[in-house]
Formats: sequence, structure tokens, C-alpha cells
Amino acid sequence: MSALDFSTTIGNAWFPAPTFTASGCASSGRELAQFFPLREMGGVVTKSVMSRVRPGRPTPRMAETPSGMLNSIGLQGPGIDAFLTQDIPYLIEQKARVIVSIAGETVEEYSTLARKLRSVSGISAVEVNISCPNVENRGLVFACDPDASRRVIDGVRRTLGGELPIIAKLSPDVTDLVSIAKGVVDAGADGLALINTVLGMVINVNTMRPQLGGKTGGLSGPAIRPIAVRAVYQVHAALPKTPILGMGGIASGKDALEMILAGASGVSIGTASFGNPTAIMSIQSELKQMLVDRGFKSLKDAVGYAHREEVDSNG
Amino acid sequence: MSSINKNAKQVLAPVISNKRVGIYHQIIVNIGDLAQKCKPGNFVAIKVGGENSALVLRRAFAISRVSTSSATGGTMELIVAPHGQGSTWLCNRVEGDLIDIVVPLGTAFGVPTEPVPVLLVGGGYGSAPLFGLAEVLNTRGSRVDMILGASTAANIYAPMEGKRAVNTMRIYTEDGSAGQTGRVTDNLYEQIKDLNIAVVYSCGPMAMLSAITTITTALDVVHQCSVEESMACGIGVCMTCVLPVEGEDGSVSMLRSCIDGPVMDGAKVSWNQVGKQL
Repeated sequence: MSALDFSTTIGNAWFPAPTFTASGCASSGRELAQFFPLREMGGVVTKSVMSRVRPGRPTPRMAETPSGMLNSIGLQGPGIDAFLTQDIPYLIEQKARVIVSIAGETVEEYSTLARKLRSVSGISAVEVNISCPNVENRGLVFACDPDASRRVIDGVRRTLGGELPIIAKLSPDVTDLVSIAKGVVDAGADGLALINTVLGMVINVNTMRPQLGGKTGGLSGPAIRPIAVRAVYQVHAALPKTPILGMGGIASGKDALEMILAGASGVSIGTASFGNPTAIMSIQSELKQMLVDRGFKSLKDAVGYAHREEVDSNG
Repeated sequence: MSSINKNAKQVLAPVISNKRVGIYHQIIVNIGDLAQKCKPGNFVAIKVGGENSALVLRRAFAISRVSTSSATGGTMELIVAPHGQGSTWLCNRVEGDLIDIVVPLGTAFGVPTEPVPVLLVGGGYGSAPLFGLAEVLNTRGSRVDMILGASTAANIYAPMEGKRAVNTMRIYTEDGSAGQTGRVTDNLYEQIKDLNIAVVYSCGPMAMLSAITTITTALDVVHQCSVEESMACGIGVCMTCVLPVEGEDGSVSMLRSCIDGPVMDGAKVSWNQVGKQL
């Protein structure tokens, strides 16, 4: 097993393992640190942070669904300044590799956030979340609009300069994901995070009203995995050189391998950590073993392997 | 080092027994040395549904009591009503079954440094963790009185052995099928005054906790309540179980009931903002 090269790269950022938390699913990192050392996974993708303190949406914020859940958190967070003084130093002290996720209400807010990150040392990459479904105005979901998506990434790229890799997090709730992916890559994204949650709703048949305080929520968990695999497969086919962080219902090493074969260079684990605090650790070791069992010498050889040309077995 | 979840461990723990007590199940689980880390008010997050279940989230249950001296080592007791799919699965576990648990989680009830008269108020199965608390308070020399309430007699949880640590117990049911007809808060003001109560401890539905706070605030009595918000993870990563709570600077923010609770200072919870947009 020692022969396997398990590392992955996104832009100029190197990670010893292809396993990450999904944005918004690891809080500050301190909560999971009791269960395993944070440095033992590929990296922590932090909860998307905005410029100011944000209370988030009203409760109930959660509804369990078959093989999944709806959440409607609404980007609750401390704001970038508190985040940089309280959360980042802790993660760096834990020797975790950190991808900071940012979210804004305007193109300018994203650039402002990027400016604050420019001088912070110890960050591996920036995830630009342009696809959170839990905002009041669906018009604000940049990732549903090719032009808006490009403008956000372009602004962040210009502000950051050429150093930190940018990962654009996209929504599956669009007609043509590939064209949006191409647009953000043209605008300067080094990688893509696919997929954010899928917009959904549960109606409580006792109150006969939407179950969530915010009415709609983002669906996550194994229920959306086939959507995620399809999204990663399609985008990898169109942009084979662009690293993809694949996510959506990954709960086992097998699920992670499926995503990598579809074209993901790394995987993020979210909802599985809610049900099992050590999910990332077990997914990581299962994935490693499955790669070895299939004769791969390196993770990179498995990325997009499902796209290989068919060989006629009759030769 | 992080202090969040600082005693919590994820373990596969064997069920020692599962007995029906009225509409509830009393489930005893062997948790070994972790029992020493459990304090009244703490909870456990349990994986439900088995290997291929479509239930992806853990279920949180208050620990009603722990024992560190039983023949099998440390144990915890849970009182569970088979309401939904997850709790029904748990109630179907039998002796010897292994369950995947994370324990102990959350804040604990604060115990007074000096023995003072205390009142414990429970709604429905919310009374379960109060019996473990009563034993601790009684051992420390506090006089413990208890009020339990529920919609109907069957929903009252009051085990015989639990009453040993309690001085008096009053029962209220809304339909009058047991004890007095009415709610736990009906004579609460008078009882707190008459018994010279210093601290009220409570566990039950949010409306009850809010109503108790109105009374304890009027009397300037400390109210430690164990809140009930639906949780997805129980360990602080999902941000779903939040409540509006007033901080030291007077501003209200959304705190997680799994990490900053479940035991909270009732006077600090902004009850009229629960479920509202801040």
C-alpha cells in the first residue's frame, strides 16, 4: 500500500490526500478536532464567510429526507475579520491545510473578501461560493447566471493576483453547467467545486406549511450523489485539465472512488460527517485501499478513468 | 487545544437491557469509563437505522442517568418514546446489540456549590434527565422538589426508584387523568416562593421552558433549562439547532443548542425570537 501516491493538486496547491471537508460542514474545525487530527485529511474547506456577521435563517433549519437532508442555514457566520483572527490561526496551528470559502451578495463583496485574504499566510486556496441556495433572492445565486459567475471570478482573480488558487463552487440547478464552468475557468478559476446542494422543499403535513423556516433548503446526502457524479463527469469531459473537487452524498470509499473516476481530483465530505464524525477518516482509508486493489500507482491515474476509450475485447 | 466536545468519544456500545416502562423504553447501554465523564444534562448522539438505512442523521437523546458502579462497568440510561423512525429503531434494540454512539455531548446542569432548595420541572419525557440530576443534587445536600406535567397520564415519566432523591413531587396533566388538571406553570410562582427555591431546573417542550422563564425572571430566580431543538449532527458542525441567545454585551446571536446547550440560562434565551429572522 505504501507505493500509492495519494496526493492531489489544485492549481499550485498540493495536498497529501484528496479528502476535504465540504464547505459549511465542519464549522470552525474545532468541533471535529476531538475525533481526529485535522492534518490527517487533505484539507479543511471552511464555512463560507461573508464580510459581516450574519445571523442566518430562522429555525427550523433542517429536515431529514430519504437518504439525505434539507438545510437552510443561510450562511450564518462571524464575518471575515473575526474569522481571520479566531478560526484561521487555530486551523494553521493544527497543521491543517486550509481552503477558505468566501460568499458575497455583490461582485464587490467577493473582491473585498479576496483582498482581506491576500495577506493571510498559511492558506492553500480560496473557494468562491457563488452557489449557496439559501439566500432570499434566487437572483443572487451568481452560479445560475453565466455572466454574473464570470464577473465574480474575474474580480476575485484580479484582487488576489496570481498566487492563491481559486476554486469556483457551482450549483447543479442550471440548464447548462458546462458553459458556466467554462466561463469561470476563462475568468481565472483554477479549479471547480461540484456540486452545491440542490434546491428543495419539504411540506409538513401536520402544519400543512413548508417545514423549514426559510421555506426552501439545500438537499444534500446520498440522495443527490448521482446528480453530482453526472455533473463531475460532464464538466471533466469538457474541461479535462481543470481540477474538480467532487462532492454530493459521498459516504464511503466506494462513493469517493466513483467521483474520482468521473473526473474529480479530490472529494469533499459534508452530510456524512453529520451522521459520523469520523466519516472522512474511514472514507480516506477505504479509498486508498480500493485504488491499490485496482492496481493504481497514483490517485492522479484514477482521475477521470471512467472516460477512457473502450477497448474492443475481441481485439 | 479545542474545548468543544472535549470529553466526547465515538464508540460501539452494547445494549445491556431494554425494558418497557409505560409508553417509554428504558434502555441501558454499557459505555465503560465514559460514564465517569457524563454529567446530568449531557446527551448522546446515536446512529440509527442500521448499515443500509436511508436515515443519514444521528438522533440526540438526553442521558437520564449514569451508573459507574454496575457489574458491567459504566452504564447510561436512556428513556425513549418510539415516536419516529429513528427512536422506533432504537426501541427495537435488544440485549447484546451494538449501537454507534457519540458521548458525552453538550453542556451540563450547573450544581450549586452550597446546598440550596431547588425545583425540578419536567414536561413529558423531559423529566428523564431530571432524575439523574435529582440524585446528584440530593447527594450534595440540596432539598429537591419536583413538578412533572404532560398532556395525559401515560406521558408522565416518573419511575419509583427516581422518587427516592425527591422531597415532594407534584403532577399535572392537561386532561386531568393524573394529578392536578392543568400545567406545570399554573402554581409555579407560588411554589417557588413558598419553598424558597434558589434554582429552577427544567427540561421539556420549548413553550414550557419559555413560560417558566417568565416566572423565574419575575422572581429573580436562576433558571437552568435543557432546550429541545432538532439537531442534524449533535457535535456543532451543522448549524441547524440554533437558538437566539443574549450575549454578555446584550446582543442576540444564534447559538448552537448542541454545544452552547442543551442546558442554557433561561433568562438569556430570547424566547420571543425563536423561529424568527434575527
